[in-house]
Amino acid sequence: MRRFGLALREVGHGLRRNLTMTIAVILTVAVSLTLFGTGLMVRSQVDAMKDYWYDRVEVSVFLCGKASDPKVCPAGAVTPEQRTQIEASLNGLTGVVENVFYESQQDAYNRFKEQFKNSPILENVTPESMPESFRVKLANPEDFAKVAAAVGTSPGVEQVQDQRKLLEKFFKLLGGLQAIALGIALAMLLVTVLLVVNTMRVAAFSRRKETGIMKLVGASNAYIQLPFVLEAAVAAGVGGLLAVGAIAAEKAYLVDKVLEPSFRFTAFVGWDDTIKIMIVIFLTGIILASVAAFLTVRRYLKV
Amino acid sequence: MIQFEHVSKRYKAQSAPALDDISLEIAEGEFTFLVGPSGSGKSTFLRLLLREEKATSGEVIVNGKDIAKMRSWKVPAFRRGMGAVFQDFRLLPEKTVTQNVAFALEVIGAPKSAVGPAVADALELVGLTEMADRKPGQLSGGEQQRVALARAFVNKPPILIADEPTGNLDPATSLGIMRLLDRINRTGTTVIMATHDAAIVDQMRKRVIELVGGHIIRDEARGVYGYAG
Repeated sequence: MRRFGLALREVGHGLRRNLTMTIAVILTVAVSLTLFGTGLMVRSQVDAMKDYWYDRVEVSVFLCGKASDPKVCPAGAVTPEQRTQIEASLNGLTGVVENVFYESQQDAYNRFKEQFKNSPILENVTPESMPESFRVKLANPEDFAKVAAAVGTSPGVEQVQDQRKLLEKFFKLLGGLQAIALGIALAMLLVTVLLVVNTMRVAAFSRRKETGIMKLVGASNAYIQLPFVLEAAVAAGVGGLLAVGAIAAEKAYLVDKVLEPSFRFTAFVGWDDTIKIMIVIFLTGIILASVAAFLTVRRYLKV
Repeated sequence: MIQFEHVSKRYKAQSAPALDDISLEIAEGEFTFLVGPSGSGKSTFLRLLLREEKATSGEVIVNGKDIAKMRSWKVPAFRRGMGAVFQDFRLLPEKTVTQNVAFALEVIGAPKSAVGPAVADALELVGLTEMADRKPGQLSGGEQQRVALARAFVNKPPILIADEPTGNLDPATSLGIMRLLDRINRTGTTVIMATHDAAIVDQMRKRVIELVGGHIIRDEARGVYGYAG
């Protein structure tokens, strides 16, 4: 394996000889992998939120109150009999409904008060203006239509609302943002590949004398090309480590210290996913750079 | 040892072929001059032999094998059987004489224990033992060409190719290089040398193949540079 040792010495030599280019490759790899990793972090974050929220979504069956639209509730507020009837219908949907929870006007008011603690809107709200409702947890969140069919037109029901629909709009927006982030990351990865290709072209050109002599005396292709590929891999590895550090900082500071204390109502991406992302970006960097370098030098250092 | 069978080489951009239906044979241990004006096809001939180029048609056969059909991964091993020197020496300026010669052995993976003695032998053959630690920039042209010869021969290849090796040297120095090539030839190495140097060709009285416009116009066993008589 002496030949391998010799090739390794060449790597260090080659990287130092072309120091500016090496630094450019390292930094570009670091930046693009950080963006790529951040894109993946956002995706994991959205997944974590989806898990968290879809686990908690309910179907709200709002009941008629004094303030309801008379067109929907011609008989005025819901009667106790109607309420019992509705609850029985909901509980009768075995296999569809997991549990039913009744929220009175006072409960709704308290929850509202808690959510809008610091908002002036609270002054205009009284318990009487809040709707009472049944909160229905579904076994399968897709089964909204079955609930709507069962109680949607029952007397005393003002509206059947699927929270999932609201969330879907929100996640659609997040999905769009996420696609943009990944798009930028992919563009940066492309830039990285092009930079590696160009760097290797310059390196192959500046060392054409050595490689020419190597070819002449019968050095194998692998022997001639390996130092270039290893150089690209080492530079990408260093850049990758920087990116891994940046992702770790994002998780440890941005997520754990800033976001998590401020937004208590959702779950955040965990260290398990973060570590997976670190491994993915590190390997992506090394593999992309090595393959780009290999294909470039194979073209420029043909036998 | 080396056979050209109806070999033609046409470069894409040009209409006239660089070599046009060349057939010849060079025996093992022979010393052959390749003469002719610039553009006559001498370099193309040598490039085909080194398999830096492939013939457009015909076969270049070395040791019984058509080298155009050789797999590309076998080319490096094939080239280890050939030494080559050029007009411009092609030495690495930042390496010493010893390192330049050793480089040829290291990159083909020769065992370390064999490199030192082989390099010392090669430097002794070319008479540069004293200069072993100098760099090419500190040597004269003739000395640099000797280093190149030592590098080409350190691996003891059966074939040595020389493309205008005296092209940059004065007559006295050229003579020294020729003596060296002659000595290498006497060890049984087949030497093929392209040259413009009439004095040397006339003096050596070896086989002369003259190319003009890609054709062989003369092939004499003990020839001179111009037409004899």
